[in-house]
Amino acid sequence: MRRSHLILLGLVVSVAALPTVGGAYALRLGTIACMYGALALSWNVVGGLAGYPSFATAAFFGFGAYTAGVLLGKGAPLLVSVFVAGAMSFVLACLLGAALLRLRGHYFAIASLSLIEVFRELVNNATDLTGGGMGLNIPLTSTAGVMADATFFFYLMWGLLVGTALMVATVEGSKLGFGLACIRQNETAADMIGLNTTVYKSVAFGLSACFVGAAGGVYAAWVHYIDPPDVFDILYSVKPIVMALIGGLGSPVGVLVGAFVYLGLEEVVWRNYIQVHSGVLGVLIVLLLLFLPHGLMSLRSRIVTWRPKRV
Amino acid sequence: MSEILHLQSVSRNFSGLKALRDVSLSLSKGEVLGLIGPNGAGKTTLVNVVTGVTPASSGTVTFMGQDITRVKTYQSARLGLSRTFQVVQPFAELSALDNVAAAALFSQSGESIKSAREEARAHLAFVGLEAQSGKPAATLTLAMRKRLELAKALAMKPKLLFLDEVNAGLNSAEVERATRLIHELAESGITIVMIEHLMKVVLNVCTRIIVLHNGQLIADGAPRDVMKNPAVVEAYLGQQYAQRAGADG
Repeated sequence: MRRSHLILLGLVVSVAALPTVGGAYALRLGTIACMYGALALSWNVVGGLAGYPSFATAAFFGFGAYTAGVLLGKGAPLLVSVFVAGAMSFVLACLLGAALLRLRGHYFAIASLSLIEVFRELVNNATDLTGGGMGLNIPLTSTAGVMADATFFFYLMWGLLVGTALMVATVEGSKLGFGLACIRQNETAADMIGLNTTVYKSVAFGLSACFVGAAGGVYAAWVHYIDPPDVFDILYSVKPIVMALIGGLGSPVGVLVGAFVYLGLEEVVWRNYIQVHSGVLGVLIVLLLLFLPHGLMSLRSRIVTWRPKRV
Repeated sequence: MSEILHLQSVSRNFSGLKALRDVSLSLSKGEVLGLIGPNGAGKTTLVNVVTGVTPASSGTVTFMGQDITRVKTYQSARLGLSRTFQVVQPFAELSALDNVAAAALFSQSGESIKSAREEARAHLAFVGLEAQSGKPAATLTLAMRKRLELAKALAMKPKLLFLDEVNAGLNSAEVERATRLIHELAESGITIVMIEHLMKVVLNVCTRIIVLHNGQLIADGAPRDVMKNPAVVEAYLGQQYAQRAGADG
């Protein structure tokens, strides 16, 4: 395991200490931080490692949320529902990936974006199963009390973040990660050296959807009520990309740091500029990307290579 | 000598353009075949058809007794067909070593990243790039990147190797070095098809030459004979020149 992976896991583990320092607000923020972290790290597999700019995160988030929501409504245990949501997202993404990943660049981005619309319309129209536009009520999974519930869901989401981080670290050091790096840099050449690019890209797309679907499942159980505009919100696709760009494309540590920094900015801006919060957040993101085009991770190398000038 | 590659009336159209017309060709194990022709003659298309990049519109391609006309690129790579590109295609951010290791890793089954890197080191040494092994491919000079292409192709343990203008853009010292490498490869028993514009290299290395013109095979034979063939002279230098040369000679 490489040093960057240890830093990544260290970062993830330190988040687990959050409930000891804060109340309900800290728990809520921590749960969202873990969710954002899992979404951004997942996006990095297909967007950062394979170089395919996917906007499908929201599609699989919503798919996972509805899969788990429907299962919970039918009385399935929480962990089983979340697991099934993740597994089904993986399979669905692998199948869709085999078709969609024939497109490259902007064409792929638009096609992945359309997945959100397709899924939302399907959910909207399958009224008997999903409640359609009325939304879906999800039964409470425990009666232990508000704080115990909040702590439970924090650790569940944290567990997903750990799983995502382990998955990313494993992929990076494996033949799959090597192959994805080749595909990102030169797909024609990758094909020519005997790499089955379709399979590699589809698996990457599947892995990037798997934990997103599971996170959607946990989210559904956590908030008890979901409707299509909420879980198929395009912001779930855009935010992970912004986080990855803030942190530094391709580097898992950077992406996770980017996720936390983004959440911090979002919270601070929302609290202080309630009237114009999206505008202020947008300006901040533009400034960050203008002055740090390679993300926060590029600061590290600047600090490391900085030497005092000699006369 | 046994046959390694056979093309039976292969054609390839790009919409209205007939890039290859009814090309039939047989290649034996151990041959070094020079594939020449004016620009746009269909040389690279021929390589693309055999390696599955742009499958033939009609006709069949047989490689070691197996029909590979519709085989995908990555599959043909695993069968032992490898090539270098006219425009070099490195993995720009990967080190030279990992470029070659990737070729070994994905073309052979049962390789680990570690064993692939070990093999890659040997191939880099063969093309004289061991000092550059840690550098990103994008930072190498053109001559080095051409040799890196060659090392990648070799790491795939090819039975048949296509060299698409490995000498284009190199100076004469670099060409000499590349020619020596090709000689060594030929002696090691790899069948080679080389697209080449430098006639000095072709005459020096090749045991046989075929000439493509407007997608058609117009000559096939020993290098000296092909160079005297009036059809070849005409294809390269025009009808008038060919007639004058014929009258003089």
